[in-house]
Amino acid sequence: MHKNILIIGATSAIAESVARLYAIDKANLYLLARNESRLSTMAHDLKIRGAASVVVTTFNAEDFSTHQAVIDKAYDALKTIDIVLIAYGSLPDQKTMEKSAADTIAACNTNAISVISFLTILANRFEENKSGTIAVITSVAGDRGRQSNYVYGAAKAMVSVFLQGLRNRLHHSKVNVLDIKPGFVDTPMTAHIQKGGPLWAQPNEVAKDIVKAIEKKKEFLYTPFFWRYIMLVIRNIPECLFKRGKL
Amino acid sequence: MKISGWGRCPVIESEMLSPQNASQINIDSEIIVRGLGRSYGDSALATQVLSTLSLDHFIAFNNDTGILTCESGVSLASILTTFVPKGWFLPVTPGTKFVTVGGAIASDVHGKNHHVDGSFSSHVHSLQIILADGSCVECSRTSHPELFRATCGGMGLTGIIVSATLALKKIPSAFISETTYKAKNLEEVFALFDEHQASTYSVAWIDCLASGEQLGRSLLMLGEHAEEGGLTLNNSKKLSVPFTMPAALLNQYSIKAFNALYYNKQREKVTERSVHYDKYFYPLDGLNHWNRLYGKNGFTQYQFVLPKSVGLAGMTKILNEIAASKRGSFLSVLKAFGPGNENYLSFPMEGYTLALDFKIESGLFELLERLDAIVLEYGGRIYLAKDVRMSEATFKQGYTKWSDFATIRARYGADRRFHSLQSKRLGI
Repeated sequence: MHKNILIIGATSAIAESVARLYAIDKANLYLLARNESRLSTMAHDLKIRGAASVVVTTFNAEDFSTHQAVIDKAYDALKTIDIVLIAYGSLPDQKTMEKSAADTIAACNTNAISVISFLTILANRFEENKSGTIAVITSVAGDRGRQSNYVYGAAKAMVSVFLQGLRNRLHHSKVNVLDIKPGFVDTPMTAHIQKGGPLWAQPNEVAKDIVKAIEKKKEFLYTPFFWRYIMLVIRNIPECLFKRGKL
Repeated sequence: MKISGWGRCPVIESEMLSPQNASQINIDSEIIVRGLGRSYGDSALATQVLSTLSLDHFIAFNNDTGILTCESGVSLASILTTFVPKGWFLPVTPGTKFVTVGGAIASDVHGKNHHVDGSFSSHVHSLQIILADGSCVECSRTSHPELFRATCGGMGLTGIIVSATLALKKIPSAFISETTYKAKNLEEVFALFDEHQASTYSVAWIDCLASGEQLGRSLLMLGEHAEEGGLTLNNSKKLSVPFTMPAALLNQYSIKAFNALYYNKQREKVTERSVHYDKYFYPLDGLNHWNRLYGKNGFTQYQFVLPKSVGLAGMTKILNEIAASKRGSFLSVLKAFGPGNENYLSFPMEGYTLALDFKIESGLFELLERLDAIVLEYGGRIYLAKDVRMSEATFKQGYTKWSDFATIRARYGADRRFHSLQSKRLGI
């Protein structure tokens, strides 16, 4: 049986790598992203790699009023959806956020509110269908607020807590909810940051972990694995010490 | 960010541009294009480099003819994983699959089947290239033929290859029937190459530290695509060299011992086995970061070709020089080339090529300069994709069509935009 997969934010580097892995598996792919020409490049590529079918459509995450129609259209095309992966997001510049409430709200809208909007709509469909996996890429940054990145972190944390509640609710309908927390990944989103060293991972390595975690119906995924231990330490530093630090 | 070639020398600070698609490519200053960084020396190094690694999409594939169009950042590895299960293989492959299609064209790489199938560009039908003025041109043997011949083997110095159309080769299985012959010296292995000209694949491993009667003792490995075995991919786990090893581990004693063991692991004169293509073509790809074995100063691969008529005399002289220097190399590779092609800077010519790895240490470049002199004396040349140190004079004497190349480069304005450390060193 070919899997039916919806990817929201499909042109992100991690999402594209995930789509390629499912293409080899002959999945039916429904891809949403902003950039039409990149979606069309991806569609040709994924078909050659083996996807049974690929449908691509543009969407705008910030336009909340369109979300219901976007998801309805995906269901019209795929009939049922086995796996949804929400992979879009933006990495806002913390210093800019500190100067502007409007920019901070916009970053929260993109990284948290719009995701929650999609999740609300999707959850009801998955609950009805009583199977499948909802997977969302959040971030290790959501595990603790740090001065260098707390707007992004707070938005991701909101999604993570929402997913926790959703997991509890949908467990009774046999729907799995996976919260994916990547560490540093070498992607266009992080292009401006100086890279190198063992903490940086490639998108295709992260993608392999994601596909495996979906398969195994995991609840959480830290990827690469060592972030689980790094974040365990960071979460457990007493606040009276943490607040003096420079992280 | 800091970048280097596969030889890990030199390491330079460079600004890396990573366009997400061809329309984002905007050339307003001097640049060189870079793929997976597997050329050994400084041919993909410059203060500003443009990475093609995000241009990694397949564009079209015809399952009846095997004609593939893809972006230039697609790796040979992903072509193999996608198309071997469908019964298609690379028409020509170098000794690593971790190179991009763009890099394979720019270096006009060759493989173990050069004597029958020519080099990589022989199977490229057309390519799209962004020129110095920002325009995108499709070129082939019939459309802009001079640009095509300059770009194939042109080390990225004519423009930015963004996509290419090439012909894959039909295979019955993913396995290779390998026959190995033991040759006790250089003369014997040359005779074996001649005798087995009809074999699809042939390459010899040569013990470059053996001398005297045993000078050039080697194992010649022939291969044919097997009928049986199925179209499976190799799933064995990869090993990795976790950190840079102390360079002193590689010395004349350890290499001599290794080479003796390797040569003597085969007792019979001839052996046969069936081996997966991944192990046959890419034995070193199974060991991640194997370039760390050569220590923190890095290494260089010295690869030259000598014309067929003087091959034995020239090769004997060079091997004597290397054996006397006691600077050895694991797995030195000898191969008989078929005729060269019309490209201005392609490396292969009819004759014999030898590739040797040397760790970089004092005295090495003096030895290599002595070898350069012998190579030139016999009418040969050095492979640009491996080179990190040859002189402008050595280059210009070996690559006799260099000035035609320079003329075409100037005609397209490429000499004002596309430069690597190598192109500056070689005066092109």
